[in-house]
Amino acid sequence: MTQRATLVSAMNAMTNIGTDTQTIVAADAPKMKTESLSIYYSAFRAVADVTLPVRDRQITAIIGPSGCGKSTLLRALNRMNDLVAGSHIQGKVTLDGEDIYAPNMDVVDIRRRIGMVFQRPNPFPKTIYDNVAFGPRLYGRIPKTELDEIVESSLRRAALWDEVKDKLKQSGLALSGGQQQRLCIARAVAAEPEVILMDEPCSALDPVATLKIEELMQELKKDYAIVIVTHNMQQAARVSDYTAMMMMRSDRAGEMIELDQTQKIFTRPGDKRTEDYVSGRFG
Amino acid sequence: MAVASSNVRAALDRDLNTIRDNILRLGSLVNEQLQLSVKALRERDLKLAHQVVSTDERINQLRYKIEEECLTTIARQQPAAGDLRQIITAMHMSVEMERMADHAVGIATIVIRMGEEPLLKPLIDIPRMQAITSEMLDQALDAFVKMDVEMARAVVVRDDEVDALYNQVLRELLTYMAEDKRVVPRAMYLLWVAHNLERTADRVTNLCERVIFAAIGELGDYKPPKPA
Repeated sequence: MTQRATLVSAMNAMTNIGTDTQTIVAADAPKMKTESLSIYYSAFRAVADVTLPVRDRQITAIIGPSGCGKSTLLRALNRMNDLVAGSHIQGKVTLDGEDIYAPNMDVVDIRRRIGMVFQRPNPFPKTIYDNVAFGPRLYGRIPKTELDEIVESSLRRAALWDEVKDKLKQSGLALSGGQQQRLCIARAVAAEPEVILMDEPCSALDPVATLKIEELMQELKKDYAIVIVTHNMQQAARVSDYTAMMMMRSDRAGEMIELDQTQKIFTRPGDKRTEDYVSGRFG
Repeated sequence: MAVASSNVRAALDRDLNTIRDNILRLGSLVNEQLQLSVKALRERDLKLAHQVVSTDERINQLRYKIEEECLTTIARQQPAAGDLRQIITAMHMSVEMERMADHAVGIATIVIRMGEEPLLKPLIDIPRMQAITSEMLDQALDAFVKMDVEMARAVVVRDDEVDALYNQVLRELLTYMAEDKRVVPRAMYLLWVAHNLERTADRVTNLCERVIFAAIGELGDYKPPKPA
């Protein structure tokens, strides 16, 4: 669905007010959940006590001023923080009820099931084809025809196929910034994830490329749970279903102060600090 | 934590102030129209009645100006939360008040139609209805500026006073008409005036409901608790 179509469907839904809120409330158990999650870098507590459900086939946005722990929280969702020496967590992160920090969990498999798209597009210095085929190849030998199909369908899902189908053998680095970001999304999608994490995926892109990614997110949420960290509040308001608001406490640990349906956060937030932040009074 | 930290909001705050000022201007113009229309009736001043009719164009212009300002602020500043609610409220209020001014024009038009015909009865309740409605309007605007929910709720309660006076006027005029059919046209003139005032007070309660929405996000009719 295009962004424009989202607006149109929202306008249509206005004739039907009341029903959609009920559906959202009645949604199933969350796809992922953090439970009283604290994240430490050595002795420093960067994130404190966050309980955040991530619903399947919905977009959850995490907003808040710089330094409030948004990215740290996002990275804990697929154990990217493991790569930082001295980092550890307290509490729980579950995927389909399973603790992803349990000792028997395969970290590589977790990162396949929970993919990540970064702030700056970071394609490998390889061909477009090889970028997308990279993940599937890691999981064993796949016949060429099958791999071709995966590459095509992933690029289609990332809304990039039409633009690159004739130059699959060219370097991914030759693409524009927006195309590179969609290539990274295709690369994440090719690994058949269940959740896609996005860390300010549009902050390095121009408005048109940004809009394309936002449209793409609406398509992707039909199949995946998406969590996005964004500094751009209008973006959170435009694309997400739920918004989590984070703030830094006086001990500099980030905490989640409010989580609600996005429409509520941007029209009648419950917490005064959220109100001040979304109306540009600080941050 | 109202941190007046930087200029990030300066443009938005400026726009919000302009909108607020224009709502107040519109409100005081409308209130003046209301007072003048009933004054024209009381003093049988046809010139004044015509003046009320012709001033309405200015009110319409100001209402569109406010709508335009709201639209531009939404498009350019992308306000959220309380700011957005205030702007939406201002749009609703400008429409409501423009209609209130139409009721004043309605009264002035009746004065013009009555011409030199003598009043059926001395005016007592109608000026009182106008005085209460004007006070309510002032208080509603005050509640808007202060974002004062309690004040707005208190104004809604006063609508009952206007309704009671309207029912009194209605009963009285029905008695006149039942006694003597020949007075029906003159009674109807006064009934229309009272009806316009009663509707105006209703619209003031709509303003108050919008103020409540702007202040705390509660959308809907405010039903005052019934006295025990």
